Amino acid sequence: MSADTLVADEAGPAVAAAVPASGARHVWRRLRARRGTVAAAAVIALLTLTAWAAPALTALEGQDPDAYHDTLVDSAAGGVPKGSFGGVSTDHWLGVEPGTGRDLFARLITGARVSLSVAVGATLVQVLIGVAVGLLAGLGPRRVDSLLSRATDVMLALPHLVFAIALLAVVPSGFPRPVLLALVIALLGWAGTSKIVRAQTLTLKSLDHVAAARLGGSGPWRVARRELLPSLAAPVITYGAILLPTNIVVEAGLSFLGVGVKPPTPSWGQMLSTATMWFRADPMYVLLPAALLFVTVLAFTVLGDGVRTALDPRAASRLGVGTSKGAGR
Amino acid sequence: MTGHLLRRLAGMVLVLFALSALVYALFYLMPGDPARLACGPRCNTIQVESVRGQLGLNDPVPAQYWHFLQGIAAGHDYSTGTSVQHCGAPCFGLSYQNDQQVTDLITQRLPVTGSLALGAMVIWLLLGIGTGLLSALRRGGLTERVLTLLTLAGTATPVFIVGLLLMMLFCAHLRWLPFPTYVPFTEDPEQWAWNLLLPWVALALVESAKYARLTRSSMLETLAEDHIRTFRAHGVGERGIVGRHALRGALPPVIALSALDFGTMFGGAVLTESMFGLPGVGQLLVRSVKAVDLPVVVALVLVTGFFVVVANALADVLYAVADRRVVLT
Repeated sequence: MSADTLVADEAGPAVAAAVPASGARHVWRRLRARRGTVAAAAVIALLTLTAWAAPALTALEGQDPDAYHDTLVDSAAGGVPKGSFGGVSTDHWLGVEPGTGRDLFARLITGARVSLSVAVGATLVQVLIGVAVGLLAGLGPRRVDSLLSRATDVMLALPHLVFAIALLAVVPSGFPRPVLLALVIALLGWAGTSKIVRAQTLTLKSLDHVAAARLGGSGPWRVARRELLPSLAAPVITYGAILLPTNIVVEAGLSFLGVGVKPPTPSWGQMLSTATMWFRADPMYVLLPAALLFVTVLAFTVLGDGVRTALDPRAASRLGVGTSKGAGR
Repeated sequence: MTGHLLRRLAGMVLVLFALSALVYALFYLMPGDPARLACGPRCNTIQVESVRGQLGLNDPVPAQYWHFLQGIAAGHDYSTGTSVQHCGAPCFGLSYQNDQQVTDLITQRLPVTGSLALGAMVIWLLLGIGTGLLSALRRGGLTERVLTLLTLAGTATPVFIVGLLLMMLFCAHLRWLPFPTYVPFTEDPEQWAWNLLLPWVALALVESAKYARLTRSSMLETLAEDHIRTFRAHGVGERGIVGRHALRGALPPVIALSALDFGTMFGGAVLTESMFGLPGVGQLLVRSVKAVDLPVVVALVLVTGFFVVVANALADVLYAVADRRVVLT
């Protein structure tokens, strides 16, 4: 029996709740205690599995996401899919794309693959840069700190969308587009993480165990790795979990504007952008990608919220931390 | 407070310099030849070279940048072959695309973005603060659960999904509203409002979620404070506590966020504008970046950056005015 459960047994649940329980097992228990979080995790697991197995699933359906089917759309009516509900049939489980006749199921799940990997990749790189810059600012000499802090402020003041669009145009088209997207989103969005990590590092630096390690002759690298990173894990994971859904929306937005994922690679944002021309004739073509994007972002938001409360029940983000400026508008 | 504002101003000018230099550097690296793009597809090499000379693109980049800064401070005169065109300070130069003055291009579009921003902001403040307060006061009830769910859905939806669904329902299916096109207020106020109603609502629904969350958490925090408990103990009625005392403590962060959002809005609600085809600043931005129209992009970055930084300073001042515990140093 661990020390924490002993406290809980003797002093009752009120005290146990006031003591910030640490350790993976407690966090896990708190995560599982909320039905919403569990449901969100289940949805995410399903989505991830679908995205991962997308090539196999399209093969099972017997379709290719990039193959055109002129015969399935009514060219006399401007390219509307033949048949009801956007051309649903046993061959095309969710119908076909208006205009081109490409298989919608195949494109949607391949799009999930793109969306999720771009968002996850962007978040990982974002957090890595943020932690590195934050640690350097918090532990480094004063000059380094003020330089990095100014840089962070400039990054926060940047009109992100302008720079994202510009950066996406700079790089030659030979560079793999999803990787580029993830990198651009990450390069523009690390400032929040680094601010948090710097503040935490400054607080932690004054704590006894860190001071002891420093006095004991440990170098800054060793102090960072052994004494700081374990305590930084919780806020960093929380922040990353909040960033992830924002990144999904940003990717969809950039693709919607036509500067993100390039055709023929499918992406939800791009489909919705095409759908603005088709929503009268083929509502299914709007509703399916919209619903998928909505459910995905919602699930990740709920999970992020659950992770936050599980890791630090008292902290509430007052200024909506993590909602990067204007991401969704 | 004056000293604080002066220091903010100095920092602001520095940030804007850094921003403009960054954009210049970035676009210098961009592929695509601005001279060829400006001249059009039918130009031969000699014509392109003469355009290049006219645009000053043969000068070294620092000289071009310096010329640009001069224009903002003092204005420029441009010879257009037969006549001399004066571009008064602040002059951002001429668009590569159509020789129009950039200042004119932006001021033409500001009313559209302004109309969109103002209307949407009124709706989202009412909706967001109202929802936030209601869910804070009905804590633990069914109302709170429903509102939390709605808010969560709001944060998870990008504006182009909301916009598409609203257009499908109200314009295509029910035919209650026109497909949005911009009608200037001075021309026909009634049509102005009818056409902007959907963009307003779409943008407001997405933004209000953020405000609802912030208002709720801020209100709950204030209600838990000591002085509120003292008021309760002295028998002040619930209505008086919420209306007179708690609101005063809960609203400052909301006011600060509104000031910030108002600032960023001048950069255009890019997604909303391209979704509804409104000819605002955001649409101009996307077009100019795609066409490597450097003067327009730099001007837009600077104008947006300017409003964001001003809004930041304004937010700080408003915060200090609304919450007397905050002292500006």
